[in-house]
Amino acid sequence: MTGSTMNRQGRQTQPHAAPANVNVTQTEMITGNRGLQIEEGLIFDHGKLDVTGVDFAVPDDTVEHRLGNFARTSVIGLPGLSEPEAVRHYVRLSQKNFSIDTGLYPLGSCTMKHNPRLNEKMARLDGFMNLHPMQPHKTVQGALELIDTLADWLKVLTGMPAVAMSPKAGAHGELCGLMAIRACLEDRGDARKVVLVSDSAHGTNPATAATCGYAVEAIPSTRDGRVDLAALKARLGPDVAAFMLTNPNTCGLFEREIIEISEALHEAGALLYCDGANFNAIVGRVRPGDLGVDAMHINLHKTFSTPHGGGGPGAGPVVLSEALAPYVPLPYIKHELGEYSLVEIEEEAVEEGGKPFGRLSAFHGQMGMFVRSLSYMMSHGSDGLRQVSDDAVLSANYVAARLKDHMSQSFEGPCMHEVLFDDRFLKDTGVSTLDFAKAMIDEGYHPMTVYFPLVVSGAMLIEPTETESKESLDQFIDTLIALTERAKSGTAEEAFHQAPTMTPRRRLDETQAARNPVLRWLPDTPTAQAAE
Amino acid sequence: MRYLPLTDPDRSAMLQAVGVASIDDLFVDVPQAARGVKFDDLPRFASELSVERQLTHMANKNMRAGSSPFFIGAGAYWHHVPASVDHLIQRSEFLTSYTPYQPEISQGTLQVLFEFQTQVAMLTGMEVANASMYDGSTAAAEAVKMAMRITRRSRVVLSGSLHPHYRDTIVTNEAHTDSELELCPHDMRGSEDLCSMIDDKTAAIVVQTPSVFGGLIDLEKAARTAHEKGALLIVVVTEIVSLGAVRSPGEMGADIVVAEGQSLGNGLNFGGPYVGLFATRQKYVRQMPGRVCGETVDADGKRGYVLTLSTREQHIRREKATSNICTNSGLCALAFSIHLSLLGEKGLRKLAILNHQSAVKLANALCEIDQVELVTPNFFNEFTIALPKNAHRIANALADRDVLCGVRASRLFPECPGIGRYLIVAATEMNTDEDRDAFVRALKEVLR
Ligand SMILES: Cc1ncc(COP(=O)(O)O)c(C=O)c1O
Repeated sequence: MTGSTMNRQGRQTQPHAAPANVNVTQTEMITGNRGLQIEEGLIFDHGKLDVTGVDFAVPDDTVEHRLGNFARTSVIGLPGLSEPEAVRHYVRLSQKNFSIDTGLYPLGSCTMKHNPRLNEKMARLDGFMNLHPMQPHKTVQGALELIDTLADWLKVLTGMPAVAMSPKAGAHGELCGLMAIRACLEDRGDARKVVLVSDSAHGTNPATAATCGYAVEAIPSTRDGRVDLAALKARLGPDVAAFMLTNPNTCGLFEREIIEISEALHEAGALLYCDGANFNAIVGRVRPGDLGVDAMHINLHKTFSTPHGGGGPGAGPVVLSEALAPYVPLPYIKHELGEYSLVEIEEEAVEEGGKPFGRLSAFHGQMGMFVRSLSYMMSHGSDGLRQVSDDAVLSANYVAARLKDHMSQSFEGPCMHEVLFDDRFLKDTGVSTLDFAKAMIDEGYHPMTVYFPLVVSGAMLIEPTETESKESLDQFIDTLIALTERAKSGTAEEAFHQAPTMTPRRRLDETQAARNPVLRWLPDTPTAQAAE
Repeated sequence: MRYLPLTDPDRSAMLQAVGVASIDDLFVDVPQAARGVKFDDLPRFASELSVERQLTHMANKNMRAGSSPFFIGAGAYWHHVPASVDHLIQRSEFLTSYTPYQPEISQGTLQVLFEFQTQVAMLTGMEVANASMYDGSTAAAEAVKMAMRITRRSRVVLSGSLHPHYRDTIVTNEAHTDSELELCPHDMRGSEDLCSMIDDKTAAIVVQTPSVFGGLIDLEKAARTAHEKGALLIVVVTEIVSLGAVRSPGEMGADIVVAEGQSLGNGLNFGGPYVGLFATRQKYVRQMPGRVCGETVDADGKRGYVLTLSTREQHIRREKATSNICTNSGLCALAFSIHLSLLGEKGLRKLAILNHQSAVKLANALCEIDQVELVTPNFFNEFTIALPKNAHRIANALADRDVLCGVRASRLFPECPGIGRYLIVAATEMNTDEDRDAFVRALKEVLR
């Protein structure tokens, strides 16, 4: 190759061959940018107070204001961007994110599956998006019907008789479930003080129990990664209100003694709360209602594919057993004589035999998420949903099988939709779980969930989901095997410590961020420009 | 099935690699009693076209804002969202990423959060803000808990200006703590004496401005009294656009400001998802709930962002966390932030003026009708009127004439007798002169 081939315009059509003595990747950058990786300042660095990207009609100066003496006189300091500047700012920022659409995102416990775009289109239908929550019921019959239809799907899929739709995320659902449990127990005249939580539980479980006014105690896991039934039974007593169990649990295992757990609890007058974050492993196949569960939240933003949006929004409807069904938050939907309405008032609920425990938020739930999840459920149908759990579980087991001889799987036997490894395979390599995760980033993968659950050392929880092809899984597995070998080779320790190196930013100093919190931009000098 | 990439040959090969004969062998841990369930009552898979038809059919049964004159507010407001906002939030990398746990590949989301926190702090007149809560009402409930932690007191006064949904959310959240809530009767005319309710056992007083009735509330005296007695002032704002025209809660002495951010960037969506704003003073940050993004440097010394102060949070602190929140309203916060960046100071102020004028024009016209009286003399884009007859019947009659005229006070305060004639009306930049004329005309007809 000579590099001198030219077309008829005199434009070179082959790259120059690299001379042996020049390292082309080390060139000093003038802008700080690196090709498609473009540095982007804060809006406060380049926005201006007198620029706006929104045009309005001219205000009518003949209207006399009625702000009394409340009119704002100070400058807020908000920079504005014209539309082209704004579009560029946010597109550039978006390019600094990894996403499901970018690549495999095996973040255990988070179910990072493909988010179908049909759902987005449906949520943006004028007749859903432009509805106000306080419109007269007769003007929102289709919206109430949608929520009721989704509620039916959730009840059938879980085999539970009731569902509270208003919780806004998983943790909010936990709160709803525990409030229902508390209301039920108090109604029996049997207020209890303690909620037991499995030691492998997500942090929201103990935090929620505390929010609901309970003392929290942990129940240990056995060496096979499941709840220690004997320890649980030993702790049960007249002070225990409920046990919070995640099933499948956060070690990626099915709690095979769940029915015994439920029976033991019920016998002791307590109730079983199930964290349903991992419902994706069993949807369309197993009903929590057949397992003795009293309350379970479902993260619609996991199992039912509503996008995580960089941290939310979610939705966390809670299914309830017969015993808990009367204890619901307000409002809820009533379907009578072909008409839908919202029961918003306690008296009305009580007339119907309900025992509502209050209100969890303004209005009545995450409608935008409801439309998306119903669209997802209808697309799959019962057969498709069963295939979802089958493929999710198969994929995780496939990853487990192929990595078994390379990484250290924490627990024997088939896993559910995610597989847990610990850091034993990194022993004496000088490479930590964190280093390993960061090295994956340079290879184009989002790391798995690390250091959670807390029951094994240096946890790595891999959830591939059902929306990866076999080729994609194989490439991922091959990459992990190669990284494992590199770590064990003893020659790459420093490279692991330095990873990632190909990202917009390298490892960040979290200690400095926490010690000296800088949580907002501040002007160096007071804003001199006044607003119009 | 269009969303599932595995083929049957793939599945067979994978089962073989796993060393089992069938997929059922992977579910051996499921108790016998729960196996073999059939879901015959549910439909089978459906094409895009079919799903689209069914859902569009449901959507078409609703009467949407904008299809006719529309004046409903009461905590959620109908505003125009620029086309670029919805386009940008659908960028794959924003839409389909998780909470930014790996900062090196999440600088986009993190920088957005840092900008969002700054915008919220500026707008509310506070020093710092967090990365969002579920919505305004849950943010208010968290603020009450935070104030009790800071003051180590348990008495909290809920003003009669407060949206009843917010009040009830706080009450429900405090049902199982040893807090002592004092609920004031509804305050339509902004005449309650906030100062007299604060004593030296008070942790906080919660006031909403504009109030649920739309009235602007003076907070300065209450702030002074609260601070003299060692209590905190929590200010609730359900219409964030108001802060483009009225003095910020921070300027009036607030210690914690919680707000509903839906009005910027987010559609009405029949009540959710929305975005809770949470702002406070720097000295209280370690008691704040929720995620917070902070500035730092990377290994090369370059400016970058991380989630920080996580020792407050559930994943570290478990039952001792300041809140149980995990997932928040990231994408709605992004929409809020993009809309506000497009507006800037200049655009926000103009938007606020247009809202105010739209409401003033409507209030003036309505009050020219015989026996219709304005109850809230100072307001932003929402006000309350007294009607000569029952507001429930009138609102229904107006809905029959395709005018969605507002929220009757009796829907929000069903427990209060004597509130039946009051109607809470909002008008925004979306309403035209024709809309307002149609409202006035229809009301005259109905009252005739
Ligand atoms: C096992 C488990 N439980 C609970 C939660 C909390 O759910 P959310 O983030 O929706 O509040 C999560 C999600 O992060 C989880 O993984």
